[in-house]
Amino acid sequence: MSAEIRDALRAFILNNIIRRPSYKLGDDDSLIKGGLMDSFSLVEVQLFIEETYGFRPDDVDMTVENMDTVRMIADYVQANR
Amino acid sequence: MSKPTARLLLPQTRAAYGTLLERTAQHYQERPEATAVVFVPPGSAPHITITYRQFFEGAARYAETLRGIGVQPRDLAILVVDHSEALLYAFWGALMIGAIPSIFPFLSDKLDPALYFERVRLLISHSGAKVVIASAQYAEALAALNSGVPIVSEAALSPSEGTPHFAAAISAEDIAFLQHSSGTTGLQKGVALSHGAVLNQVASYSAAIRLTAEDCIVSWLPLYHDMGLIAGFVLPIVQGVPLVLMSPHYWVRDPKVMLHAISQYRGTLCWLPNFAYNFLAQRVRDNALEGVSLASMRAFINCSEPMRAESHRQFAARYAPYGVKPEMLATCYAMAENTFAVTQGGIDSLPTVDLISREALSTQHVARPAADGELTAEMLSCGAPIPNCEVQIVDEARQPLPERHIGEVAVRSDSMLSGYYRRPDLTDQALFNGWYLTGDYGYLANGELYITGRKKDLIIVGGKNVYPQDLEAIASEVEGVKAGRTVAFGVEDDRLGTESIVMVCEAETDDDDARFEIARQVRMRVAQQTEVSLSDVYMVDAKWLHKTSSGKIARGANREKYLRERAAEQG
Repeated sequence: MSAEIRDALRAFILNNIIRRPSYKLGDDDSLIKGGLMDSFSLVEVQLFIEETYGFRPDDVDMTVENMDTVRMIADYVQANR
Repeated sequence: MSKPTARLLLPQTRAAYGTLLERTAQHYQERPEATAVVFVPPGSAPHITITYRQFFEGAARYAETLRGIGVQPRDLAILVVDHSEALLYAFWGALMIGAIPSIFPFLSDKLDPALYFERVRLLISHSGAKVVIASAQYAEALAALNSGVPIVSEAALSPSEGTPHFAAAISAEDIAFLQHSSGTTGLQKGVALSHGAVLNQVASYSAAIRLTAEDCIVSWLPLYHDMGLIAGFVLPIVQGVPLVLMSPHYWVRDPKVMLHAISQYRGTLCWLPNFAYNFLAQRVRDNALEGVSLASMRAFINCSEPMRAESHRQFAARYAPYGVKPEMLATCYAMAENTFAVTQGGIDSLPTVDLISREALSTQHVARPAADGELTAEMLSCGAPIPNCEVQIVDEARQPLPERHIGEVAVRSDSMLSGYYRRPDLTDQALFNGWYLTGDYGYLANGELYITGRKKDLIIVGGKNVYPQDLEAIASEVEGVKAGRTVAFGVEDDRLGTESIVMVCEAETDDDDARFEIARQVRMRVAQQTEVSLSDVYMVDAKWLHKTSSGKIARGANREKYLRERAAEQG
């Protein structure tokens, strides 16, 4: 299940935020600290989660510390959906 | 919120005041219980209302502490303080003793703290600062720099409210504060602004935006940038008009907070960089806007990066159901070297849109109105110069050009910088017969200014100024990148309404996996050392990059080559 969530998040981030679908994005690659996206993009991730998984992540959870890798975001979705 | 009855500083009343202190004393004396600032903290914490009495007494605690450790008028104070009430007090406290506050860009989640503090150390040493005022959580790291200057943090202040004094031994010509451009290059250029210049700007700009005592300014802008510092802090305090302020880090995570604040406090004025119009239009849901009304607004003022008519349309369409009308959209051209605003458009009427011929623009450098069927460029006017400013368009020989000819924008006013702090050489380069050469290209038509491009090597991303040289130097240090064989440039991003940054690096290897890893390192280091992220790192073979005849990397030519190759890849 969480592998599916990771793949869905990865596809969303590659197609809509990084906009380079062929980029090899690993589960543990640092997204914001690694410079792949800026913190503005977290709002887009939040909207994607709301649309796809039917719950709205709390604004205070949308921080670089909590959401810096595909795995961290997927785990969060898994735990809160 | 207490209704203000401030007597405004306008061009006709300007002569009554010599310094910012003289001007603001009247708010403390005459309207101490009126609201100066409402600070909106992150999350659901209650908003903090600060009256003029509380504001100036809070500032006086810093003033007393600084005076106590021997800080003198005209000494430089560097502020390494998070976006908080403490920053407001620290800034004004330094002003109150006639010292020169300068706000250092905030430490964000992605920056490497060690490198950040090293930047502070370098700034202290080359600027000759006499004191650093720091947020409590940075005090230890700053003390460990052994920079030789005292570090003052909130914990060091006297516990009682201070007694404000508005009579420091300074005059109108003395420097009030410094504004820095972003990046390492920018730190070399502290823009020194005198008390007189700042008051001139506030008086003149207030007239241009038809400021009244009934206005209420809402801002999430960082205070280390001219738009945030002047429009989102100094102007409202000097005028006695209430300011509703939130942190940029909070706003980025939760952009609706600005809209809720406008609704709750009946905000009337809000300054935004262009990308924010797209961001707000695309990323706030209806269910986050229940009960919100933006009908109180007089103007959303677009400023500090190239403005796009399309961004205005998106924003106006998205928020029309919440009371936004096209006549609320305004435009402005501003720079730290002029304190802030040079022109203002869209206050008395809709901002002018000029449809010009693309062909004439690119081949003849002329902004000719487009004929039927011709490819057009849609130019959004920056408006007319504000009362204290003159604008000229000049050619390479710095001679004035006629209307609708493209050249460099030159500005002259009584709100210009006194100079770059301790850098008379840079000041001499930037000024010509009293005119400041902006490094922007543009044209004048019917008394209004249009910006068409940039002469200087500068990328503006989300209102942040980034020097490509800084980014290239970082990339050059990554192992596997050919030193000195890197180029960074901006690429228009229509969806985001701003520029994205691309870095091209010549690689020392042609192994794909190794190149991928090198590119990853480049991205990471840029993220950790600067305020921006790269949208693409393009690894290329040796000798890919074009150089000019004088041996410099040619940004424009390399940008064109990159765009061609990426377009070809995508078929």
